[in-house]
Amino acid sequence: MRLAELYAHPGDLQAQFWRTDFPILKTRVHGKPLVYLDNAATTQKPQAVIEAESRYYGNYNANVHRGIHRLSQLATDAYEMTRVKVQQLINADSPNEIIFVRGTTEAINLVAQSYGRGRLRPDDEIILSQMEHHSNIVPWQMVCQQTGARLRIIPVDDNGELQMDAFAQLLNARTRLVAVTHVSNALGTVNPVKAIIVLAHAHRVPVLLDGAQAIAHLAVDVEQLDCEFYAFSAHKLYGPTGVGVLYGKAELLDAMPPYQGGGDMISSVSFDKTTYNTLPYKFEAGTPNIAGVIGLGAAIDYVSAIGLDVLAEHEQGLLAHATAELAAVPGLRIIGRAREKIGVISFVLEGMHPHDIGTILDREGVAIRTGHHCAMPLMERFGVPATARASFALYNTRQEVRALVEAVRKAKEVFG
Amino acid sequence: MNDMRELYQETILDHYRQPRNAGTLPGANRTAEGYNPLCGDRVKLYLQVEGGVIRDARFEGTGCAIATASASLMTESIKGKREDEALRLLEQIHGMVTDGSIAGDAGKLAVLGGVHEFPQRVKCATLAWHTLKAALDNAVEPVTTE
Repeated sequence: MRLAELYAHPGDLQAQFWRTDFPILKTRVHGKPLVYLDNAATTQKPQAVIEAESRYYGNYNANVHRGIHRLSQLATDAYEMTRVKVQQLINADSPNEIIFVRGTTEAINLVAQSYGRGRLRPDDEIILSQMEHHSNIVPWQMVCQQTGARLRIIPVDDNGELQMDAFAQLLNARTRLVAVTHVSNALGTVNPVKAIIVLAHAHRVPVLLDGAQAIAHLAVDVEQLDCEFYAFSAHKLYGPTGVGVLYGKAELLDAMPPYQGGGDMISSVSFDKTTYNTLPYKFEAGTPNIAGVIGLGAAIDYVSAIGLDVLAEHEQGLLAHATAELAAVPGLRIIGRAREKIGVISFVLEGMHPHDIGTILDREGVAIRTGHHCAMPLMERFGVPATARASFALYNTRQEVRALVEAVRKAKEVFG
Repeated sequence: MNDMRELYQETILDHYRQPRNAGTLPGANRTAEGYNPLCGDRVKLYLQVEGGVIRDARFEGTGCAIATASASLMTESIKGKREDEALRLLEQIHGMVTDGSIAGDAGKLAVLGGVHEFPQRVKCATLAWHTLKAALDNAVEPVTTE
């Protein structure tokens, strides 16, 4: 990296320091330095997260909420400490409103089954949007099949923004829930979720936000948003896979039946009657992913030390730079030009299928995602079977954007 | 970039840009659909089989360069072949793209050999061929690469 260039972009200078926290970024792929631009799929992990998991297994591995012995106490403390960190990260009222699950997908399934299944009646309506990830579509389709409820879909305009007029018209006396994504995984669009919530609440309709793509890129404040449910995954927030969070307002969670039965979620069990545990344990049956939750705690410490506003500013700089550079490539079309975006750029190249782009970029060390991004209805909306998607995280730099653009030009060369 | 030229040989690019035997076949008596759920590639194959011989073959679908070229090359090479010959060709192609082995004379189809260096792309190359087997077996359900 040229020094002058570094100083011209202070964000890159910071990013160069942050990069040293991520051991995997020293990896070479096909003999080239790894340029990891698949962060919307999963982010890389800082040393602090890797060590937190390893320390748990090496020094105080024990089950939580059970043992009277020392190690169990240490493990329980670390596990519960993460709950408080999550509460603070998203500004929830109480740690009891933070439920640990396997990921965003499980969080949404939990709400669909525990909140939706018992309440929904035939012809009730659930509003989703056209830009949802399959994980915020299929759980609702399943509960519709079980109850006779129906899905209504907020359309997306040509820029990749939700059509809010259409949303306002979809709300009616039969609407029971709105479940929309905070940020689109395929387009990067940041949705006007506050406006969505205000409109829904005017009809006394609760709102679930899929925060999988938002949590690592912008400050989330559930109190200010006033959403009923918020779901996200640790692994998109520099944390481990297999851990996620469901936030729910206490009064709703209290009124919901357990999602799964087992140990830890009960107060007492007899063959005649079982009394369920209180929040949050009512929804955490079985031994949880203790190491993963502890790793999530370390990830939250890591991003909090940098500051979500600081890393968001860096990523916004990268997004603007990369958008301009890619748009200048002849034959390249960016899908998703919303006014407010996070660092996600979906694109197609004339005469080239995204899989072919992906293979050629990989040989240049550039890791991107190609395909339908688990958002097939959205691909259909834009009339493409697939796109290539570059997505940024705090450790990406303008130098890497250049590597991306050069690799795209090489792909064009191969296809002549 | 040399291994890229190995994968994307001129023949592949040519068949991608101008697929042979593209479209439907009104006289088809065997058809099958193939689908790769991971990437969304689709192919529909139409065959006209008479007396155990493939008289005509056409396909339609969307896919990457490898998937499209493979389908195009396949329709060219199976025309006029007996069903058992076509199935033997399928075995040959499968071996070629998975372990790089070339048994017998693959002819023009040898260009698909470059795929074996790219394990993530093997399914792209074999989609049309799985579909061929389904068509010859008269399968009703679409076949998938999974």
